[in-house]
Amino acid sequence: MLDIAVAYNKYKFLGNEFLTWLWYVIENEISINELTKIKDKQIVLKIGNSIVLENSLGDDAKEKISIKGDDAGLEEGTMALKKGGVVTEINLNLKIDEAEYRFTIKGESMNITGLKTPPSGKIEGPDEVEGAVLEKIFLCSNVFEIVDALYSSYIKRRISDNWTAGDLAAMRKWVQI
Amino acid sequence: MGLLSSSLSVARYRVEGEIEGSLVETVKQGLKKNAVTEIEDEYAEITIGWTPFESPFEPDFEKFTFTFGTYFLFTLRIDKKSVPSKIVQKQVAMEITKRLKESGREFVSKNEKTDIKEMITEKLMRQMPSVPNMYDVLWIPEDNSLMFCTTQKAANEELETLFKNSFKLKLIRLFPFTMADGCKDFSDQDRDKIAKLVPIKYSR
Repeated sequence: MLDIAVAYNKYKFLGNEFLTWLWYVIENEISINELTKIKDKQIVLKIGNSIVLENSLGDDAKEKISIKGDDAGLEEGTMALKKGGVVTEINLNLKIDEAEYRFTIKGESMNITGLKTPPSGKIEGPDEVEGAVLEKIFLCSNVFEIVDALYSSYIKRRISDNWTAGDLAAMRKWVQI
Repeated sequence: MGLLSSSLSVARYRVEGEIEGSLVETVKQGLKKNAVTEIEDEYAEITIGWTPFESPFEPDFEKFTFTFGTYFLFTLRIDKKSVPSKIVQKQVAMEITKRLKESGREFVSKNEKTDIKEMITEKLMRQMPSVPNMYDVLWIPEDNSLMFCTTQKAANEELETLFKNSFKLKLIRLFPFTMADGCKDFSDQDRDKIAKLVPIKYSR
């Protein structure tokens, strides 16, 4: 096992590439259920209200493009992709059956921030704390289950012999449109 | 930074290592032994310890539970003292003026100024109450995972250290490499391939 700090820096590109792939998956309406192999619930994923891309310009110089706002146009983002950029942070809307979740994932750390789960009942007394905790854990676990399954699906594709001719070729075609 | 807050930030970990004997009892002892101390040490800049999820200011693990269903839930409390730099600046300036007036000198040396600053900072630190920050820790023993309700680097580093000291278990932070490397979906051959991956360009 590599030193943790070395592994973090050496492979943070994988998180950014994963988020870029996720954008491609969403834009091309590829089934999240099929990718995650989760069959017992209907999963819909959409871009939320922010996306951040980074384009390396060499010599440690970087160009950063942030797009924020509900229903914001993503033209600058696609332009950045064409120039070789990758998504470094993305806000997502996740719908599992009728329940809606919002959160932001940062590529290099895979940290989840601003996670908003469906509202649960107010805690009226100490007896209700355990129920509220267990409900919140269940709701958070739903998000992690899907993020982990999507990441695993991405990595499987990324190391498969079919990657270059399959997903990578399709993504490059999408980027150029 | 609470699990039940409406907007949650999460850093995730894998728990590595084995606990011999009763898991619940070992965790309880680890929490009790490393509970945050309520007696303020006037010289301590920072105090770190565990406190029950339901009782941030009464760190009593006999009175309050840390088991919720099959999960362990407790809170990391970091009490930190800090003196605003502008207060230090003001007090240093006042002390210098006082000394100059008393001695009739026109200036103080660089070394004396440094000594005054150190003395003032130490004095203010003693007087300053510490500010408590609470971050919830959700430990899921059934899959050896852990969720920490903040992504702040300093708090995560404190968690990793205190967790190791308390339970003699190691926390492995989940980020792109460790998520792939620790995933049960992958064989050793897959892991070799993951280790050899290099960045690609999605643009032509």
